[in-house]
Amino acid sequence: MDFGFTTAAYVVAAVLFILSLGGLSGQESAKRAVWYGIVGMALAVFATLIGPGSGLWLLSLLLIAGGGIIGWYVANKVEMTEMPQLVAAMHSLVGLAAVFVGFNAHFTMNWVARAQAQAEPIHGTFAELIAHKTGVELNILAVELFLGIFIGAVTFTGSVIAYGKLAGKVSSKAEKLPGGHMLNAGAAGLSLICLIWYVNSGGFFPLFLMTLAALFIGYHLIMGIGGADMPVVVSMLNSYSGWAAAAIGFSLGNDLLIVVGALVGSSGAILSYIMCKAMNRSFVSVILGGFGGTAGPAMEVEGEQVAIDADGVAAALDEADSVIIIPGYGMAVAQAQSNVAELTRRLRAKGKEVRFAIHPVAGRLPGHMNVLLAEAKVPYDIVMEMDEINEDFPETDIAIVIGSNDIVNPAAQEDPNSPIAGMPVLECWKAKQVFVSKRGQGTGYSGIENPLFYKENTRMFYGDAKQSLGTLLNLID
Amino acid sequence: MTPASARDLQKLGYECCIETGAGEKAGFSDAAYEEAGVEIIKTAASLWKAADIIAKVRQPSEAELKRLTNDKTLITFFNPGGNEEGLELAKSKGATVVAMEMVPRISRAQKMDALSSMANIAGYRAVIEAGNNFGRFFTGQITAAGKVPPAKVLVVGAGVAGLAAIGTSTSLGAVTYAFDVRPEVAEQVESMGAEFVYLDFEEEQQDGAATGGYASVSSPEFREAQLAKFRELAPEVDIVITTALIPNREAPELWTEDMVAAMKPGSVIVDLAAEKGGNCKLTVADERIVTENGVIIIGYTDFPSRMAAQSSTLYATNIRHMMTDLTPEKDGQVVHNMEDDVIRGATVTHAGEITFPPPPPKVQAIAAQKKPEPAKELTAEEKRAAEVAAFKQQTKTQVTLLTVGGLLLLAVGLVAPASFMQHFIVFVLSVFIGFQVIWNVSHSLHTPLMAVTNAISSIIILGALMQIGSGSFLVILLAALSVFMAGINIFGGFLVTRRMLAMFQKS
Repeated sequence: MDFGFTTAAYVVAAVLFILSLGGLSGQESAKRAVWYGIVGMALAVFATLIGPGSGLWLLSLLLIAGGGIIGWYVANKVEMTEMPQLVAAMHSLVGLAAVFVGFNAHFTMNWVARAQAQAEPIHGTFAELIAHKTGVELNILAVELFLGIFIGAVTFTGSVIAYGKLAGKVSSKAEKLPGGHMLNAGAAGLSLICLIWYVNSGGFFPLFLMTLAALFIGYHLIMGIGGADMPVVVSMLNSYSGWAAAAIGFSLGNDLLIVVGALVGSSGAILSYIMCKAMNRSFVSVILGGFGGTAGPAMEVEGEQVAIDADGVAAALDEADSVIIIPGYGMAVAQAQSNVAELTRRLRAKGKEVRFAIHPVAGRLPGHMNVLLAEAKVPYDIVMEMDEINEDFPETDIAIVIGSNDIVNPAAQEDPNSPIAGMPVLECWKAKQVFVSKRGQGTGYSGIENPLFYKENTRMFYGDAKQSLGTLLNLID
Repeated sequence: MTPASARDLQKLGYECCIETGAGEKAGFSDAAYEEAGVEIIKTAASLWKAADIIAKVRQPSEAELKRLTNDKTLITFFNPGGNEEGLELAKSKGATVVAMEMVPRISRAQKMDALSSMANIAGYRAVIEAGNNFGRFFTGQITAAGKVPPAKVLVVGAGVAGLAAIGTSTSLGAVTYAFDVRPEVAEQVESMGAEFVYLDFEEEQQDGAATGGYASVSSPEFREAQLAKFRELAPEVDIVITTALIPNREAPELWTEDMVAAMKPGSVIVDLAAEKGGNCKLTVADERIVTENGVIIIGYTDFPSRMAAQSSTLYATNIRHMMTDLTPEKDGQVVHNMEDDVIRGATVTHAGEITFPPPPPKVQAIAAQKKPEPAKELTAEEKRAAEVAAFKQQTKTQVTLLTVGGLLLLAVGLVAPASFMQHFIVFVLSVFIGFQVIWNVSHSLHTPLMAVTNAISSIIILGALMQIGSGSFLVILLAALSVFMAGINIFGGFLVTRRMLAMFQKS
C-alpha cells in the first residue's frame, strides 16, 4: 500500500479545495474554481481507492457512478428557483452519510476489540488503525464518532424539514411542539447522558438513543424557524454538514476529511453570520426560531393602497430615466425572472439606466436572486448589493418592487416597535415613484404590515408577477 | 363684489347693495347686478349710510372713515402699519375694521388672502406689460426669415407674484431664470419650469417659516454675493421682473444703476416693488421711463386695476370667503369671533379698541424646516486618537482571543494524546483558512458557494470508502449506502455549481 502517495494526493486535494473556495471571490475566477474543486475531489477519491481504501473497488465505483447519474440528472433538471430545496436536500444526504460512517466506525471498533480479545487477524486499514490505539485514544475516538453521528443526525432531519419547507411540502410557519425549547434542551441533555454512558460502556444502545434524540432535535429545531429566516437555516445546515465531516475525519484519523469539513463548516458559519447581520438579528434568536416578541403595539398604518394598471406603469417607465428593480422571493415563485430580464433589456435599449438592488436576505438562499437573474441573462454588473445602491434611491425615478416585502419595509426604520426594527432595508420609498408588483393585499411572508404600500408615491401593481410583467412587456417596445 | 359673489352673499343671509357704476370698468353693468338682486344706490355717501358691512378695495379716506359708526364693519385694504391716523379715527368711531392685507398666511385662510390674489395678477400682468414693451418674441423660433433667439427673463423674488410671473413667462416660451433669498423655494421655481439661480454663498438662511413665509432682511455679505450674480446676468437677460418686498420696509435695492447700464437696449425692467421705492432705484412709481441706453423701466403700481375683471372676481371671492367665516350660522348676522386666528389677525379695530398688531397666529404658517443634526466634524487629532484607540482595542481583542485560544489548545494538549493533537492542529488551521478565504467571496456568489461546499462536504465518501471492505455485512451495507449518497452529492453539487456560474455574464 502506497500511503506516501495517498498523503501527497490529500495535500494537493486540500490545496485545490481551498483554491476552489477562494476562487469564488469573483464571477470569472469562480468558473475556474469549480474545476479545482472537481479535480481535488477526483484526486481524493482516487487516492483513497488505491491507498487506504479496503477492497470492493468495483462495487465502490459502481455506486459512485450510480449516484453520479442521479446527481447529474437532478443537477440538469432542477429549476434555478428550486435551488434552495436542492441544496437542503443535498445537505441531508451528507448528514445521513455521516451518521452511517459514524455507526460503521462504532461497529469496527467493537469488532476490533472482539478480534483482539480472541487474537484473530485484523483486516482493513481502519481496523488496523484502531488496533494500534491506546485506551485514552479509544475514548477520544468514541467521543469523536459520537459527535459525528450527533451532528450528522441533526443535519439530516434538519435538512429534510428545510427541504420540505422550501419546497412547500411542509408549512413554512414557525411551529413548535408544546414544550418548545425545553424539548430541544431535554433531547440535548439526553444526548449528553448517552455520551457519558457510551464512553463508559461502549454499547450500541446509548449511541442509538442519542441518534434518535439528535434526529428529533434536527426536526424540531428547523420546524421552529419560519419563513424569512430560511436563508440562515440553509447556510447553518451547510455549516453543520461540514462539522459532521470534520468530526468523522477525527474518528477515522483522516486529515483531508478534517480539512474539508473545517472549510465547509466555517464557510457555512460565516454565511449564517452575514445573513443574520443583514437582518439585524442575533444568530441565537434565529436559531431559537420565529420573530422575537415585539416591544409594543406596531405603528398604525394610515392611508390606502393605490392600485395601478399596466398602462400606467408603462407610461411612467416611458418617462423615467433611471429605474431600480428590487426582486424578492415572489419573483422566484412566479418564475418571473425572464420577463424581468426582458423588461430590463427593452428599457436599456431605450437608453434608460436600469439596475437591480439585491438585499442580502432576498429569496430563500444566500445569493438566490443573483442566480435567478443570471439565469435570465441579466448582466451581473448592473446587479448591485444593498450597500452599493441604497444611497442612489433619491435620484431614481422609479423603483419596481417585484415580490419582495420585508426587505423594503420602511417600518424597520420608522417604527421602533416593529418586529424587524433596525433591520437594514432597501430604501426604495425614497425614489420618486415606487411600483409594487404583488399578488394581493395580504402581508408578506413574515406577516408584518408594510407601510411602503400605503405611501403616497407607491402604486400597487396587483397580479401574478409573471403575467403582469408580460402584459407590461406588450406595452413597451 | 361681482354679480356671482352677490348671489353667494345672499345665501349667507345678507342683502347686497352697490354704488352705481362701480362694476363698470370691470365689465359688470348695473343691470347685471340688479338681475342678481343687488340694490343699486346712487352715491357712495348714501351707500355708506345704508350698509352695515362695507367692502372696499383701496385704503379708506378720512371722509369715508368719518362715516363709520359703532355698528358698522369695514372690510378693506387698510395698511394698518402705516396708517395710524386711520386706526385712531376708526377706533374713535367704535367701528370694526378688517384689513384684508392682515389675513394671516395659514392654509385655512388662503381662500381669503387677497394679497396673494392681487400678487398673482400682478405677476401675470408684469410679464404681459414687459412683452408689450419688448420688441421681440418670447419664444425662440427658426423661421424662413431667420433664427429668433428666445427671450431671457429673470424673475427676482419667487413669492406669489414671482411664481405667477415665472409661470406666465415660461408658458410664453421664454428662457426663465429666477432668484430668491430663500433657497427652499428653489423646488417651487423649478416645478414652474424656470431655472433657479444659485449663489456661491454659504450662509445659514433664516428659516422662512419663522417669518410666516416671507423673506427677511439678508446680511451685507449675502447681498454682495447676490448683486455680483445679478451683475453677471445683466448683459444676458432681456427682461427683468423684480418682485422683492420685505413686509413693512422699503423695497431692497437689487437692480443697481450699473446693471441697468449693462443691459442691452430694448430690454425691459418691470418693477413690482415700485410702490415701496422699487427694487431698481431708477424706477419711477406709476410711470414707464426709458433710460439713456434704451432700457425701458416700468413702475406701474396698479397692475390689478389693469386687469379689473380678473381682480374684481378674485377680490370679490376673497371677500365672500371672509364673510362666510364671519357668518358661521349663515343667518346674515356677523359674529366677530376674536378667538379665531384668521378673524383676529385681520381685525385692526374692534369695539373701540385698536387690535393691531395681532398676536402671532396659533397655527404655524409653514412647518418649520427640520435641520439635520450636523455630524460632528472631528479634528485631525481626534481622528488620530480614535484610530489609535480602535487599533489598541483591536490588538487587545486579538491578543485576548489568541491567549484564550492558545491556553485552551495547551489544556487540550495536556490531556489528549499526541496522535489526536496532530489532527487537531490540522483542524484549527483549516478553520482559520476557511475564515480567511470565505470573507472574500462576493455576495452574489453565495448560492454557488453553498453548492460547492455542499459538493466538497461529500468528502465524507472517503470515510465510507475506507470502511466498505472491512468487517461485517452491516458495515458494508451502511458504507455502500454512504458511498452512493455521497456520489449523488459530488456530481449534483459540482454540476449545478457549474450550471449556475456559466449563467453569470457581463454585459
